[in-house]
Amino acid sequence: MTEPALAEQVHYATASGALSSVWLLIAIPLASAVVLLLAGRRSDRWGHILGCASIGASFVLAVWYFFALRGLGHKAVSEHLGSFIQVGGYKVDWGILYDPLSATFALLITGVGFLIHVYAIGYMKEDPGRRRFFGYFNLFAAAMLLLVLGNNFLMTFIGWEGVGVASYLLISWYQDRPSAATAGKKAFLMNRVGDAAFLVAMFLMFGYLGSTDFATVFNGVGALPHGVTLAIALCLLGGACGKSGQFPLQAWLPDAMEGPTPVSALIHAATMVTAGVYLIARAHPIFDATTIGSTIVVAVGAFTLLLGCIIGCAKDDIKRVLAYSTVSQIGYMFLAVGLGGGAYALGILHLLAHGFFKAGLFLGAGSVMHGMKDQTDMRRFGGLWKYMKVTWITVGLGFLAIIGIPPLSGFFSKDPIIEAAFARGGWQGWVFGLAALLGAGLTAFYMTRLFVLTFHGKKRWTDDIEHPHESPAVMQVPMILLAIGSVAAGGLLVYGGFTDWLEPVFGTTEVPEAVHYSKALMTGISIVVVLLGVVISWLLFRRGTAETEQPARTAIVRAARENLYGDVLNETLFELPGKLLTRAAVFMDGKGVDGIVTGLAAIVGGSSSRLRRLQTGFVRSYALTILGGALVVVAALMAVKLG
Amino acid sequence: MSTGDVLAAQISAPHINYGAIAPLLIVLGVGALGVLAEAALPRAYRYLVQVLLTLAAQVAALVIVIVEGVRHYASNPTLTANDALAVDGPALFLQGSILILGILATLLIADRRLERGGAFVAEAAVVAGTEADAKQARHQPSQTEVFPLTLFALGGMMLFCSANDLLTMFVALEVLSLPLYLACGLARRRRLLSQEAAVKYFLLGAFASAFFVYGMAMLYGFAGTVELHGIATAALSSNKSDLLMFVGLAMLAIGLLFKAAAVPFHVWTPDVYQGAPTPITALMASCTKIAAFGGILRVLYVAFLDSRWDWRPVLAVIAVATMLIGAVLAVTQTDIKRLLAYSSVANAGYVLTGVLSMQKSGITSSLFYLVAYGFTVVAAFGLLTLVRDADGEATHLSRWAGLGRKSPLLAGTFAFLMLSFAGIPLTSGFTTKFAVFGAALDGGQTALVIFGVISSVLLAFPYLRVIVLMYLQEPAEDAPTVAVPGAMTATALALGTVATLVFGLAPSLVLHVAQGAATFVG
Repeated sequence: MTEPALAEQVHYATASGALSSVWLLIAIPLASAVVLLLAGRRSDRWGHILGCASIGASFVLAVWYFFALRGLGHKAVSEHLGSFIQVGGYKVDWGILYDPLSATFALLITGVGFLIHVYAIGYMKEDPGRRRFFGYFNLFAAAMLLLVLGNNFLMTFIGWEGVGVASYLLISWYQDRPSAATAGKKAFLMNRVGDAAFLVAMFLMFGYLGSTDFATVFNGVGALPHGVTLAIALCLLGGACGKSGQFPLQAWLPDAMEGPTPVSALIHAATMVTAGVYLIARAHPIFDATTIGSTIVVAVGAFTLLLGCIIGCAKDDIKRVLAYSTVSQIGYMFLAVGLGGGAYALGILHLLAHGFFKAGLFLGAGSVMHGMKDQTDMRRFGGLWKYMKVTWITVGLGFLAIIGIPPLSGFFSKDPIIEAAFARGGWQGWVFGLAALLGAGLTAFYMTRLFVLTFHGKKRWTDDIEHPHESPAVMQVPMILLAIGSVAAGGLLVYGGFTDWLEPVFGTTEVPEAVHYSKALMTGISIVVVLLGVVISWLLFRRGTAETEQPARTAIVRAARENLYGDVLNETLFELPGKLLTRAAVFMDGKGVDGIVTGLAAIVGGSSSRLRRLQTGFVRSYALTILGGALVVVAALMAVKLG
Repeated sequence: MSTGDVLAAQISAPHINYGAIAPLLIVLGVGALGVLAEAALPRAYRYLVQVLLTLAAQVAALVIVIVEGVRHYASNPTLTANDALAVDGPALFLQGSILILGILATLLIADRRLERGGAFVAEAAVVAGTEADAKQARHQPSQTEVFPLTLFALGGMMLFCSANDLLTMFVALEVLSLPLYLACGLARRRRLLSQEAAVKYFLLGAFASAFFVYGMAMLYGFAGTVELHGIATAALSSNKSDLLMFVGLAMLAIGLLFKAAAVPFHVWTPDVYQGAPTPITALMASCTKIAAFGGILRVLYVAFLDSRWDWRPVLAVIAVATMLIGAVLAVTQTDIKRLLAYSSVANAGYVLTGVLSMQKSGITSSLFYLVAYGFTVVAAFGLLTLVRDADGEATHLSRWAGLGRKSPLLAGTFAFLMLSFAGIPLTSGFTTKFAVFGAALDGGQTALVIFGVISSVLLAFPYLRVIVLMYLQEPAEDAPTVAVPGAMTATALALGTVATLVFGLAPSLVLHVAQGAATFVG
């Protein structure tokens, strides 16, 4: 277990040279989004090109800045862009922080983002609103970059809300589907719960530290009473859970798959949903200072990763399986950043690797849907490998990467997390370690199921499909590049010194060694568990599956199909108290009573004159309310005086 | 001060600094001129003359407020008219805000493109629902007395922000209220609802005024003066029981909180906002709110600053109740005007949060909040006037289904305003809430801030419902049409929306001014 480290002073140098223009990363996609959304139909012809070019330009810049940062001795530069708001002693600036962590995210967002933008040219070809789609997409990229590049929590929060807005717009893209509308709404509501927590955390920082600047907060956190630190940490965690689809706010993420597939790939797999991980990693001095807080992060991660796996096994919709798989993989990342110390870097490593393979898998799923008339039911796929060779191979590589077969990415990123969980020691080590290990087995199971049902076995297609076709080149190339990333990213990052690169951010790269077991043994065990999952799944599904839903025989299947009652839980946690509160308030409010009575009268068949009589009568009740309030206020002030 | 002194002070003619109160005199004077014009001019010219007079008076007053404010009184605040009027930073800032928003509201009031003859009734004396009523609604252009009424109301509001003793404040309260009671009953359509709103507002307003007067009497009994600084001095040195003071303060606060629409004195708000002609609702939601808080700020910061430890908890409970109940009740509304009314209640709670910090930053942030919120709310109510069907404005929520497809510009603008109300960053709704919550923290009111955040999250739901409705639902068969706004309404809408964006992007522009203005005289 890592002891709360006494943080060294956090210090950011002033940006100079090339790095003084880092804000361009945000400005370019933002400008493009403004053009695309304001220019209207005039830009329909070239809108998608501009959309891709802007994010491409940002990527080139991100690479340039990356090398500029590598050349620096002190690897954290901050740039003050202007003053945003000042109230009393509190001041918030527009400011950029560029350090190895934000540089990594900037590369991921612009790099994977660019590939997915290109893919979307093909995927959205037939959609009349394609230009607007690219406008929103660019808006998302700009907001996401602001989120990771801000130098204070308020900047992060602005980006945070910005990606949220873009995400709701894109989830509800297919407006004519009621499910899409509901999903967008659900995402908004659940995210608001998380955002409220984030806001409270910020105001707590203001109240106790007088600032939301990263440097001030991190340097001041050591002197805070533990209760306050814990409250800030938990509120930040609440925000992170909302954005990243972690328990108990996970239910919106799978529904978000109603959006177009490139959106699922970029926003709901590779980037936005990992913002929670970024937030915790960025705020690591706060979490380091409270062992209880970081343990709760670990617990949330471990629980969510199992929850995602179990539900993933029971879903038949290819995108939903991937969505729950995302929930589960982000659970691994939470687990890692909760463990702290050297495991921070492991969490970010897994985040990067996941960005590649999950984006690739989603694009593959999109390609399958493209060829299968937008169907998503895996029970009606099968035998597709012959018809879509490129998709088959790229999805296959992504599949091997996610389950952690060496030497693909997932092996290098996930395996160390499992080891680090065991290395925590004590009963916690056992619980979290076993959860992570079991998760790996289950991941192998449901991913094999997905792969086998989609590409192998008999054709179980619906009648209207004759010749599924492979997607156009503009879609294939991004898939291929992402597949290469899925294969190589993990190994390259590990042997390329990725954890050392992040050392200036987290202060340490040391992952505590497992005490009782050798590393080789652990690796062996996890590979065996994964292979076990694959084999069982293959045996079960190689001959295909029933084409319609079968009655659930066991309680666990029933529960899994019901998303482990996540919706019910949310209803009881958030909706029910809300409803009760509303009802009570309506009842208390004179007007509410009035409204009910009026409504009843209307139903009973009251004429308009009767309604009028009823309403005028209520001035008395209003006056009574005011009088009552007045009595309370006077009594209270007298009580203050006399008491 | 003995009774004899007070009498003596009244007898000698007080020196009046006419330059300092010129804006007030212009607005009230032109209002009186408007009444004459109404009587003397032939019917055909009245509309044009009244509109021009009303706008000119406000623009002139605004220019003087800005020029004089910058040149003299922001740095050298002064008392005039025997200390009855304060010309200081907050007064000038609020008067300027009232005038700017008053101009926007006047543009909405003057619009005759949307409804033949304007939104106001032609002959208010005709019995509602009769044949004659239907005839006047269809054919006659509206009377123009609403313009002088608007000027009187605005003059009253300006006086209210500037009043330095309770008596002047009470006169101002009535000067601003009486024209509004009348204006509420002048709707051309749905006249029963409108008249009912006027009567309710009048009765309850009178009720609340009575509290105000009673509180004033108590405070006079305690301090021997109605002058705010005198009360502050007495609070420190008087040998009378300060029970008198606290009861007086409570009564006074009730009168003020009524105008600000704080729970539980908010009960009139939804009915009146719904029944009043929408341009008048816009005027009330922006300018009256500013005036009410102008009065609250001055009373609390000038007269009761030193006793704050005693009364602040009580007002804090009111603020929390206002934020939460306003937000919760907004959730169940099915009429957009009522929804905005409850949102206005909740917003009163947010401003109160800033006020209760009892720091300079509290004044700054409240001033900023009031003007920024005013712009947004004028634009929102202005947009409501555009969505119409055969019965006039279509304000039931269900009638707004699918508007996003029929009229993307209107729906987009409204969605933006809703997002601002919901407090999404880069709109003024975020920066204003941030400012008042920050100020509240400054004053050690952490609990208020936490309730404020919770309330703002709750309040996001009803706004979201409107957005979802506009964009994601099928329009009804007989969906209302979206009228093309005339130049006047369009100007008001554009200014309101742009201000919402600008105050969200660069709040420091206004915050800086507010900060410079945030010191009461004395």
